[in-house]
Amino acid sequence: MSETIDIAALNGVKEGEKKRPRSKEKRLEIACQTVEARVRNYDEVALGYGPAEAVAESMRCLECPKPRCVVACPVHIDIPTFIGLISRGKFSQAAEDIRQYNNLPSVCGRVCPQENLCEAACIVNDTNPKNPIAIGRLERFASDWQLTHDVRDAASVHKRPATGFKIAVIGSGPAGLSCSADLAKMGHSVDLFEALHKPGGVLMYGIPEFRLPKAIVQKEIEYVKALGVTVECNVVVGRTLPVKEVLDSYDAVFVASGAGFPNMMNIPGENLNGVYSANEFLTRVNLMKAWKNDSAGTPIRKPRKAVVVGAGFTAFDVVRIALRLGAEEASIVYRRSREEMPGRGEEIEHSLEEGAKFVLLTNPVKYLGDENGFVRGVVVQKMDLGEPDSSGRRRPVPIKGSEYEIECDLVVVAIGQTPNVLIPSNLPGLATRWGSVIKVNRESYMTTVPKVFAGGDAITGAATVILATRAGREAARSMDAYVRDPARNWNPPA
Amino acid sequence: MYTITRKKVLASGVIEMGILAPRIAKAHKPGQFLMVMNREESERIPLTIADSDPATGEVTIVFLEVGRSTIELGEDFKEGDSLFAVVGPLGTPTHIEPFGTVVVMGGGLGVAPIYPICKGLKAAGNTVVTIIGYRRKDLMFWHDKLAGASTETIVTTDDGSYGSKGFVTDALKALHDGGRAIDRIIAIGPPVMMRAVSNLTQPWGIPTWVSLNTIMVDGTGMCGGCRVEIGKESKFVCVDGPDFDAHLVNWDEMFARMKVYTAEERAAILANHECKLHLDNIKR
Ligand SMILES: Cc1cc2nc3c(=O)[nH]c(=O)nc-3n(C[C@H](O)[C@H](O)[C@H](O)COP(=O)(O)OP(=O)(O)OC[C@H]3O[C@@H](n4cnc5c(N)ncnc54)[C@H](O)[C@@H]3O)c2cc1C
Ligand SMILES: Cc1cc2nc3c(=O)[nH]c(=O)nc-3n(C[C@H](O)[C@H](O)[C@H](O)COP(=O)(O)OP(=O)(O)OC[C@H]3O[C@@H](n4cnc5c(N)ncnc54)[C@H](O)[C@@H]3O)c2cc1C
Ligand code: SF4
Ligand code: SF4
Ligand code: FES
Repeated sequence: MSETIDIAALNGVKEGEKKRPRSKEKRLEIACQTVEARVRNYDEVALGYGPAEAVAESMRCLECPKPRCVVACPVHIDIPTFIGLISRGKFSQAAEDIRQYNNLPSVCGRVCPQENLCEAACIVNDTNPKNPIAIGRLERFASDWQLTHDVRDAASVHKRPATGFKIAVIGSGPAGLSCSADLAKMGHSVDLFEALHKPGGVLMYGIPEFRLPKAIVQKEIEYVKALGVTVECNVVVGRTLPVKEVLDSYDAVFVASGAGFPNMMNIPGENLNGVYSANEFLTRVNLMKAWKNDSAGTPIRKPRKAVVVGAGFTAFDVVRIALRLGAEEASIVYRRSREEMPGRGEEIEHSLEEGAKFVLLTNPVKYLGDENGFVRGVVVQKMDLGEPDSSGRRRPVPIKGSEYEIECDLVVVAIGQTPNVLIPSNLPGLATRWGSVIKVNRESYMTTVPKVFAGGDAITGAATVILATRAGREAARSMDAYVRDPARNWNPPA
Repeated sequence: MYTITRKKVLASGVIEMGILAPRIAKAHKPGQFLMVMNREESERIPLTIADSDPATGEVTIVFLEVGRSTIELGEDFKEGDSLFAVVGPLGTPTHIEPFGTVVVMGGGLGVAPIYPICKGLKAAGNTVVTIIGYRRKDLMFWHDKLAGASTETIVTTDDGSYGSKGFVTDALKALHDGGRAIDRIIAIGPPVMMRAVSNLTQPWGIPTWVSLNTIMVDGTGMCGGCRVEIGKESKFVCVDGPDFDAHLVNWDEMFARMKVYTAEERAAILANHECKLHLDNIKR
């Protein structure tokens, strides 16, 4: 691998040299497009570290012998080791090191809610509050560097000899991709089926270009293909291919069909024109490229005043797209307060900078339409926070008589997704919770149907990229053991 | 991939195409549709599978050139070309069992989608009375094919240039008033036609089913863009349908939702295909 970085010029550490950490310094901010520029384009907002910045930030890491960050990372990336490699200028090697634990580092470095995971646990917080090592940005840097500077040669990957086992993976989101990649490295023959015309799952249709460039996602997918995985798009398992046919043709099956069914509130006026589910809005804009005015065939309504209901990842993506589509006003309507917002910290900040308004402790009760059936406003109700509920967050309680009207010509309902019932309803014997969340044994990822495994949002409901990636990888390990010894006493889920 | 195996102009702006899609041809059941993308940046448009042949791997679509995507498909693509994506078969298949006498109605473009349904119903032992309607004689297509798939066929034209003069609803009314015992009615065509059938049969109490053609994006149940109120409940047409009990459909909402993108579509047509526009197709 070609690494000719002049480490001295970057103030890094040379081979054999001891590093004098600078953890007392502030964490290095990442360069971003200016607000004025970015609300007029779809290009990535956070520009990422350059080599000098990455080295400087890496010098702050204490390279702890018992690193708390590693425990907090769901896939336990060896963080001090890869950061140490960056500080010595060995960028691609750092990326390779990360890849032992995580198949999608360029993606996770961008979209992980780091502030609640690895970075929350970083010991530097103790002495230098709110200034943990920028682990996610460094992960992104190393991986991007490798993707752009070094040809990652799949042929040179240490693959185990072909086993002759055939495995089908259903769904090409992070769970399916990560599972397929690991199974291929283990020597299995893997066919990955995707219902949409592009692989990538939420990474392609949900998360917008300005937060996760699609070229990066496609690079990762090209690599998975290069490992020998066959990716076939436009195959809806349960429709195009009967589930039974898949079961009969493969030694094991991994269901990674995600949580793609949009929840609605079932309040009056929800079917008015201009009221979208977040999935429809995002699919039109991201997957179908409705943001490219002239070339794309798929239309989208250009808002003047947009209201987005909810405050998760999805809601912030939607509100920022609404602003980019030219909305004069775009508001997040959320029934709890700022503290309870589940979205990713950086995204909340960015949307505020871009002009999003927050209408907190407020919930829609009905939508109002004009004479042509288009939405013209939403009646909302104010909320109070009561006792904590089962999730530990304080439960919002409506305040009687507090209703008022917000004018709008676009509403996007972003209150969450649940798994689709297509596969469960076509697979007799597959046990689910709440009708569509597939039950698995949390160690083996095995479902109640022999040789069928499942992971990602399909078994948890809407969660995160890194949890899906982890599920894919752990399931691959367990499926490998299964195909070699299917007769063993495998514990199905309770 | 998804090669166009044949193309035939059936009438002005009405085109039949064969597409190579073996998995779809094998899995297809009557009442199901597919999503087509002409090119990588085209929209995904839903079209009913009008016929399929598992042996050759071909599926047949019949479509009317009404807007950007259908005009592009009809004008720019020829035999031997390939489509970027074809996904299917989608939707819940039409419910088929021995009902007795079933009247199957196809209005305009709806003539093509009812073909597999007639075939299926007949194979299940039903007496299939098919009523198909066209605006004029020169817009007729597939009437022979449908006659072959039905027990009895009635053709109507709006202007009386062929068969009986009037709408398909007139023919249905005549049949019913003539004392014919009807166990079930299935109607596919433009929304105005399906609503007219629904209004007509509601007082008769005869189970009536329609195939809704709402606007769709993915066609797989993930966006909800196709939703419409059926019996006070919101349903996703692409997975819960497209067939629904006509008497439970909220028709006003259905009509309103079809018009979401009228402004955007008009602009797209003007920008892209002004010269090729079949003006008389637009007011479906
Ligand atoms: C707008 C948005 C923003 C988000 N932002 C973040 C973020 O910043 N950080 C973060 O960590 N998480 C984020 N998430 C959550 C994260 O994207 C998901 O948790 C993750 O993608 C789940 O991965 P998965 O592989 O389980 O499923 P998915 O990514 O949903 O992929 C499932 C795939 O399976 C396919 N499929 C479904 N059914 C079938 C079938 N029958 N046959 C064939 N294919 C099928 C689907 O088309 C899809 O491509 C976000 C989610 C959304 C919607
Ligand atoms: C289940 C189903 C089966 C269908 N089967 C057939 C068929 O067999 N033959 C046929 O000619 N047509 C069929 N249609 C209608 C066909 O999908 C539309 O005519 C087509 O999408 C129009 O696209 P366009 O870009 O050419 O026109 P546009 O200019 O986009 O629109 C013209 C008209 O089509 C409607 N329309 C636009 N986009 C969509 C969309 N994505 N989905 C549904 N309607 C849309 C609009 O409301 C408008 O009335 C079917 C629709 C559905 C939902
Ligand atoms: S994968 Fe996520 S949690 Fe783990 S180190 Fe990277 S950013 Fe942190
Ligand atoms: S806890 Fe912080 S300082 Fe310690 S190794 Fe992890 S990132 Fe570096
Ligand atoms: S078209 Fe998206 S859910 Fe039906």
